Amino acid sequence: MSRLPGLRQAISSSGVSLWLFPLVLLVIFFFIPMGSILGVMAARQGVVTTRDVLQPLGFTFFQAFVSTLLTLTAGLPVAYVFARFDFPGKALLRTLTLLPFILPTVVVAAAFNALLGPRGWVNLGLMQLLGLQSPPVTFLNTFPAILVAHVFYNISIIIRVVGASWSQLDPRLGYSAQVLGASPWKTFIHVTLPMLRRGILSAALLVFFFDFTSFGVILLLGGPRFSTLETSIYYQAVSMFNLRLAGVLSVIQLLCTLGISWLYASSSGNRDVPFFPRLQGEGTRRPRSRREKWVILAVIVFIMLLQVLPLAALVGRSFTRLEADLGQRGEVNAGLTLDFYRELFVNRQGSIFYVPPVRAALNSLVYGVITVLISLAAGLLLAYALRVRTRRNRWLEVLVMLPFGASAVTLGLGFILAFDKFATFPLLVPLAHSLVAMPFVYRTIQPALSSMPESLRQSAAVLGASPRQVFRSVELKLIQRPLGVAAIFAFMLSLGEFGATTFIARPDRPTLPVAIFRYLSQPGAMNYGQAMAMATLLILLCGGCIWALERLNRV
Amino acid sequence: MDQLTVKDLHKQYEGKPLLCGVSFAVNTGETLCLLGASGSGKSTILRIIAGIETPESGNMIWNGQEMNNVPVYQRNFGLMFQDYALFPHLNVEENVAFGLRMQKIPTNQVKERVCAALDRVNMTGFGMRRVTDLSGGEQQRIALARALAPQPRLLMLDEPLAALDRGTRLELQEELRSVLHAAGIPVIYVTHDQEEAIVVSDRLALLNEGRIVQCTATESVFAAPRNRWVAAFLGMTNFLRGTVVTESPFTVSTDCGVFEATPPMDLQTPSVGSQVTLLIKPTGSSEGANSHCITGRVVVSAFLGDHYRLRLEVCTGIQLEFSSPRGAQISEMLSIPLSPQDVICLED
Repeated sequence: MSRLPGLRQAISSSGVSLWLFPLVLLVIFFFIPMGSILGVMAARQGVVTTRDVLQPLGFTFFQAFVSTLLTLTAGLPVAYVFARFDFPGKALLRTLTLLPFILPTVVVAAAFNALLGPRGWVNLGLMQLLGLQSPPVTFLNTFPAILVAHVFYNISIIIRVVGASWSQLDPRLGYSAQVLGASPWKTFIHVTLPMLRRGILSAALLVFFFDFTSFGVILLLGGPRFSTLETSIYYQAVSMFNLRLAGVLSVIQLLCTLGISWLYASSSGNRDVPFFPRLQGEGTRRPRSRREKWVILAVIVFIMLLQVLPLAALVGRSFTRLEADLGQRGEVNAGLTLDFYRELFVNRQGSIFYVPPVRAALNSLVYGVITVLISLAAGLLLAYALRVRTRRNRWLEVLVMLPFGASAVTLGLGFILAFDKFATFPLLVPLAHSLVAMPFVYRTIQPALSSMPESLRQSAAVLGASPRQVFRSVELKLIQRPLGVAAIFAFMLSLGEFGATTFIARPDRPTLPVAIFRYLSQPGAMNYGQAMAMATLLILLCGGCIWALERLNRV
Repeated sequence: MDQLTVKDLHKQYEGKPLLCGVSFAVNTGETLCLLGASGSGKSTILRIIAGIETPESGNMIWNGQEMNNVPVYQRNFGLMFQDYALFPHLNVEENVAFGLRMQKIPTNQVKERVCAALDRVNMTGFGMRRVTDLSGGEQQRIALARALAPQPRLLMLDEPLAALDRGTRLELQEELRSVLHAAGIPVIYVTHDQEEAIVVSDRLALLNEGRIVQCTATESVFAAPRNRWVAAFLGMTNFLRGTVVTESPFTVSTDCGVFEATPPMDLQTPSVGSQVTLLIKPTGSSEGANSHCITGRVVVSAFLGDHYRLRLEVCTGIQLEFSSPRGAQISEMLSIPLSPQDVICLED
């Protein structure tokens, strides 16, 4: 025991023992998979042409740019209304804008499908109304579908980030400008916009990042005609078996996302909004003029149409039979039904899975819990080891945040390449999820831990608490809330994770998103209805998480 | 002639009345000080005049023209906020030039006028500095320069010195007064600090419970506060209750003797036998032969640097304070002469 006291001391004082678990996790489940990707790149099999690379790369940038621009255009007026006005129902509307952001991509795709797809409300309604034989509205597999879904998804980032800067902006600066003769428009251009520049820039970069790495939306709403880096990696690896090309695309993707994250990190550094309204309630007020009331009404209607209507369509569609099933002929009894839910418990012969679909829900829940356990343990250890902000620790932090830069599809590809022989290992999926969740967990806990004054620990020690007791009775108590938030985030991430899971999950052990994806790709009204039913289940689960989060934040 | 007339402003704040019929007028080249406790609605009056807030009723008239429906940015009034609201994304020069640029004045003229404005507040050479690097006093000067540069028709200042330390405040008071007078436009100056008000203003308007209680030349407010609230707000503490004995000369009988007093300014002299409140000025008196004396036992004698503060018990349970060039022994009996100008009958 005491043969190497010097080494033991060195290890414990440098925090290496705390590092050990997360480090092993990172090396095995991040760096080895990434290494495998580099390995297939070096291999000779598979053809890689410049066109194969440049086309998806170009389209990825293009769609991310247009999506970000649209999201900004749509989000800024909403951010303005939230930051400057009080109106009835504001809190509810704010929560409504948050919900889509945390929904799994598969659910979002299913929601737009339920509204505007060939079996959606609009098309079936119009066909019924006008007696048409084929759906009149083509929305799925078009470029606008991708754009609308991205706006739907990321508008809440603009609303939150820019809205936060906006509401912290001292309204007196605007008044000053107006007293000095600036019209409201000029005030916006010369004062408000420059002051919000940093907030807008960092929000836009974040949106760009999400649009750039978007996978489920492109795959499910864009279809095979539109391929980004993400979907190309998927198609090349899964359908074309051109692993070399998939590897090349993955590395390019990784470089791009790291670049964007770096830009984001350096843009969101010190916010240039130093003035906070001193008088309470001066920042927001009730609308006065008729025009202000119209603007607010327009924003409410817009959010309802963009964010609430597709979800309502989805939930409604899961309870409604609108068309004949495969093999059924003639008239069907259109109307409310619970069939789609009932069918989830049945193991049909010839169905896509070998198990009743409800098993997918169970798998998702189990994976979620395991993800929470692993990512929380690793994230907490990391945050504890890195709580002192030294130069070395800041570099280590960059290392920890690396998985955040890797897209989920890249990670999934790395996993199947590296762990081909262990493909049946049941923990692969939650391990991949944990890796994705760990940076978030770390980011949530770390500020709470490092902002804790050293004097708290010291006074506990002076009062006779051992280091272990200090941790248990002081530190752990003080980070309870961030821990709770981190746990819920990790759980939600695992619930909705699609990009990596679609590579790793075994066919007989699907998660909810994977199951929804497979059902949506199948013909037949029953499959469609089951996809809707499972997506509704996911919304419920995510809604529950949001509710828990709100409670945590309120206590 | 009155340049700006404010008539019967009413304004509620969170359901409670804040302004209940505020009326006053300001003339060219005059500095009117709005003095009142914090929360009395002084700043709100400025915001209403500027057009940032709208009153429930009442109007603002500029040179005979009704201003209520003119938007903020077309009023050409200057307003300087309490913490200056300098634009943090612009440097000093760009801040000062802002109003000129909004008027679409040619660039070379803007430069000239910015220089002139900076010169006026003794900040020449600060043009390229970041406003966030300036000290409080420097920010105040830049805010003043910014407000004056577009040559507003009226200037309003909201607690312009409140954010500064005492030394800087005293230094800037004098300077501010001369800059304001040089501008030659009507100025409305809001403060809660009476010393500052005395130095800067030509006229004082005292605001209490949503109304202007007294609005007269600064000297006359101090010489003859109108009622007990005004006197107390200005720091005067010596009050005595009494009964009117004769109307001419105006004499009042109190527990501590009979005094000849100055009757209330604007009102009819109270009739014989009515109850009134007297304010005893603490300055002691120009000792005149015909002046009446008030006698009491010294309770406190405190040296305050250049004078003494004495507290006398003038009769059982009533203590009054006086300032005196000489100290006194505790328990010593002292007589202080009072002329009719030192004894003021207040409105009830």
